[in-house]
Amino acid sequence: MKLISGSHVHEKILALMLIIALTVLSMLTDKFMTVANILNQGRLIAEIGLVALPMTLIIVTGGIDLAVGSVLGLCAIVLGLAWKSLGLPLGAAMAVAVAVGALAGCFNGLLITRMRVPPLITTLATLALFRGVAEGLSQARSVRGYPEWFFFLGQGEIAGIPVQVIILVAMTVLFWFLLAKTTLGRSLYAIGSNEVAARYSGIAVDRVKVLAYGLSGLMAGLAAVIFVSRVSTTRSDMGTGLELDVIAAVVLGGTSIFGGRGTIVGTILGFLLIGLLKNGLALTGVKGDATIVVIGLVLILAILASNLVERLRDG
Amino acid sequence: MPDFGALLRGRPRLRAAVLSQEAVLLLALLALLLVVGLINERYVAERNLMSIALAHAYIAVAAIGMSMVIITGNIDISVGSLIGVLAAVCGTLANMGLPIGLAWLLPILLAIVISGSLGVLVAYCRIPSIVASLGYLSILKGGLIIWTGGAWITDLPENFGLALQRWGGVPAPIWAMLILTALAAYWMRNSRTGRAFYAIGGNAEAARLAGIPTQRMVVLVFMLNGLFAGIAGILFATQLKVIQTTVPPYLELTIITAAVVGGVSILGGTGTVIGSTLAAVLLAAIGSALIFIDVSPFWLRATYGTLILVTVLFDLHRRRLQQRAS
Repeated sequence: MKLISGSHVHEKILALMLIIALTVLSMLTDKFMTVANILNQGRLIAEIGLVALPMTLIIVTGGIDLAVGSVLGLCAIVLGLAWKSLGLPLGAAMAVAVAVGALAGCFNGLLITRMRVPPLITTLATLALFRGVAEGLSQARSVRGYPEWFFFLGQGEIAGIPVQVIILVAMTVLFWFLLAKTTLGRSLYAIGSNEVAARYSGIAVDRVKVLAYGLSGLMAGLAAVIFVSRVSTTRSDMGTGLELDVIAAVVLGGTSIFGGRGTIVGTILGFLLIGLLKNGLALTGVKGDATIVVIGLVLILAILASNLVERLRDG
Repeated sequence: MPDFGALLRGRPRLRAAVLSQEAVLLLALLALLLVVGLINERYVAERNLMSIALAHAYIAVAAIGMSMVIITGNIDISVGSLIGVLAAVCGTLANMGLPIGLAWLLPILLAIVISGSLGVLVAYCRIPSIVASLGYLSILKGGLIIWTGGAWITDLPENFGLALQRWGGVPAPIWAMLILTALAAYWMRNSRTGRAFYAIGGNAEAARLAGIPTQRMVVLVFMLNGLFAGIAGILFATQLKVIQTTVPPYLELTIITAAVVGGVSILGGTGTVIGSTLAAVLLAAIGSALIFIDVSPFWLRATYGTLILVTVLFDLHRRRLQQRAS
């Protein structure tokens, strides 16, 4: 079994699955393997990818962020209200929305590091809190009527490629560099492998963690701006259930839910596979919301498989 | 001010009772009733009090099972979706002409099987409960959409409305909440299995070394969670003349909030189902109070979120004090 003994095993298996899925889908329907469909899909799922990047960092530290969908909803509402109700220029409102996202993420990080609330509970509570604040602020009113130039982010294209796909690619390179090539990246792995040891070896564990959760909020804010631009409206229920897709992508990408292991390349492969499954199912006639069945199955099977591989390796 | 500190000094049992989460919740509930009742006396009218208790009776029942799961140090975020699925199953069975008793009973058995399988994934396949139940959440929620297409179930049999029945003037869901809470509280306190749940949540490794079959117990606690979610699902399904086959948004969060605000420590090992039931009623009372004091109900979830955060911080603080004292 050379496949499971070499390096980057998980990524290899994923790439293989990706090719199989691509082949099967293009045989099932001829609508799938068209440039138009693939570019359009990239447009629809880029937000998941943007949030999955920092989620990888968080899960590598052994944490989790369940609040990302709610942060996205909150940022979307803040964007709409800052522009429409406070009368800020739209550019400033976009900056405020992303800043609110980063603050929300740091709030999670501070609760986790200063108050020692477990990440799961912190972000479950703020999932309710941030969504609640979004609902309270919006009072179920949507904001519309954004100016034309704003739609460039979510609906425009550069050289035929959707703008958000270009942003996602740039961010992927950035996060890959951060996790694979910098001291910060090594610190994230160290924290996930053994937090106490990391602390004793002089890593500023708390600061690194707050940064990871802050980045998660920041990217959710960025995703919110793109989301609003893509659908031309702001609603408080935006991003509901986003955490499922994002966590599924990261875990499917081989990042251990127990921390210490995982790569950005894996996450992007997992993200692509989930996007493929969603799109393929939709094209074969499964209703949009129902595709989450497959995501749920894939999530559980991926962890089962990786637990099994682990056990085989350990002999 | 009388010196309460002096009154409590040297009386450890009284002190424990006064400082318990249940007492805090009861006081909070009474204070809320008093304050909002002074602002608007219709809030404390019997009719409204009954509707407050009724509104969250099924949440309280589900929170009993959730409390047990959290006491063992696990969590289940799929119960909301499970309840949605069970309601649809229950209505479909009744419309197929099954005896009404079976239409109520079979979904409960189904819930025990589904939650039990989740327990197997957690206990034997070592998938963290948060991730496994996140997977179940989407399978159940998506499955419900595929199956029903979101259509409502109507034309239910005449005798379908279990939750609409009144026994001795009190609605059936309130009876269910009171009786199940009392039984579960007694059982958790006095049975060997109930104590084992606390032991596992307190320290799983120590529990295992003490001879508790921890893996089997975890499967059992998830099956019990299925039982209570099943009963909650039936109460939920039978409260109206139609069944909306969508999962109520954030239902699992409300149930978890009830358990956590009820004093079940999220770190496992402590808490009671009396607390979770009190908290479920308190949450409904807060929701109703917002209307009476003219605050938009859109702030309700933010209130719940704040409450859960404050309770968790308080719980952690109390634990740290205890650790320092011992």
